[in-house]
Amino acid sequence: MDANLKIELGKQGIVATSIQELYNWGRKNSIWPMQFGLACCAIEMIATTMARYDLARFGAEVFRPSPRQADLMIISGTVTKKMAPQVVRLYNQMAEPKYVIAMGACAISGGPFKQGYNVLKGIDRYIPVDVHIPGCPPRPEALIQAFMTLQKKIDGQPLTGEGRPRHLDSGAQGEFLVPVQGEHDLEPTSNKGVWPVPITIR
Amino acid sequence: MKTVEEIKAAIEAAIPGAGVEIQANPSVSGQHSLRLKPDRAVEVARFLRDDAELKLDFLSNVTGVDWPDKEISEKVKVTRIVTRTVDGVEQQAEETVEETRKRTEPGFLEAVYHLYSVEKKHGPVVIRMRTENRSDRVELPSLMPLWKSAEFQEREVFDLYGIVFKGHPDLRRLLMWDEFKDHPMRRDYVEPDDYEYEPTAHDEILKRAEAYKDREQGPTTA
Repeated sequence: MDANLKIELGKQGIVATSIQELYNWGRKNSIWPMQFGLACCAIEMIATTMARYDLARFGAEVFRPSPRQADLMIISGTVTKKMAPQVVRLYNQMAEPKYVIAMGACAISGGPFKQGYNVLKGIDRYIPVDVHIPGCPPRPEALIQAFMTLQKKIDGQPLTGEGRPRHLDSGAQGEFLVPVQGEHDLEPTSNKGVWPVPITIR
Repeated sequence: MKTVEEIKAAIEAAIPGAGVEIQANPSVSGQHSLRLKPDRAVEVARFLRDDAELKLDFLSNVTGVDWPDKEISEKVKVTRIVTRTVDGVEQQAEETVEETRKRTEPGFLEAVYHLYSVEKKHGPVVIRMRTENRSDRVELPSLMPLWKSAEFQEREVFDLYGIVFKGHPDLRRLLMWDEFKDHPMRRDYVEPDDYEYEPTAHDEILKRAEAYKDREQGPTTA
């Protein structure tokens, strides 16, 4: 439908929409994040939900303490190798459609602890991440920006065909291998198909 | 507070044959420490805690130190008899040669305790214990029966350095998972090879990246 015609109809009090638009509008304005924090980024996440930044404006004020009721996982902080299997397990327990925001330097790459023997070099080695936000920690505005980016992404997802959300795709895989804590490191060090080993610029 | 020398004298007066040694700190702070014999350590530590003048009732910090095997090369002058042929006649002469000899000094693990007194408002008194080596004889007595705060800190030292504290009621790993085999704070710890992309690859990293060439996949979306 022509966008201008839609606006004209709107002026006359007639709302014209499609199932896809209505469906995605509903989805993007009721993202319920999971209530869990890993490190200092969690403090900024809490600040984002409070009155000054008020994440409730985006329909995401209900932090669910159970993964079964949550749509969004905010990886807020350093993921240690001891914690990583639990994070992946929680992600697996979430119902589709589910999204992930990797918040802060640690969650996206290991951050200042990257060289450490006990820190995972980014949660995107094990689960697919939709939005990465840099910062140490990112300001609440940055988290809100990530939210808006995610809303745009949800809004742009078609309901059929290529690029549809996983819950509408019966062939899509929504569970990922939980790494095992081995004798020297996590096994495997990354999940196949999730984290491609990047090409080094030579 | 008493100086380290005075504390040593007090210990030796109270516990004969305690074998306490002073380990000097050559830096400006001059914070010398007392090295205890592991088999008498609990006795000495109890004295430090209960002595009316010291009353070191607070254990603030336990840490580990790894001293790896040290290779020492020394130059030694050696005199030996050499047979030389001078003008067709064999002669024996003494000759002094400088030789480099190498020996390895075995390493050990060390536990360091920092004690304070809340009651007397003084401290710290630093005490140390050494293991016999750093492979199989790594046992030290636990000081947890004397200071409860040693519990988690000794577990941490056990986790990261591999010192086994005898008499500790619950000696499990604290930071790493139970299946983990290494001791990450030891000097010879080799970290796992979880390859990571570097945006400004150079020298060593380029060599490392070469090993992973066949695994490289690039970004999933073009």
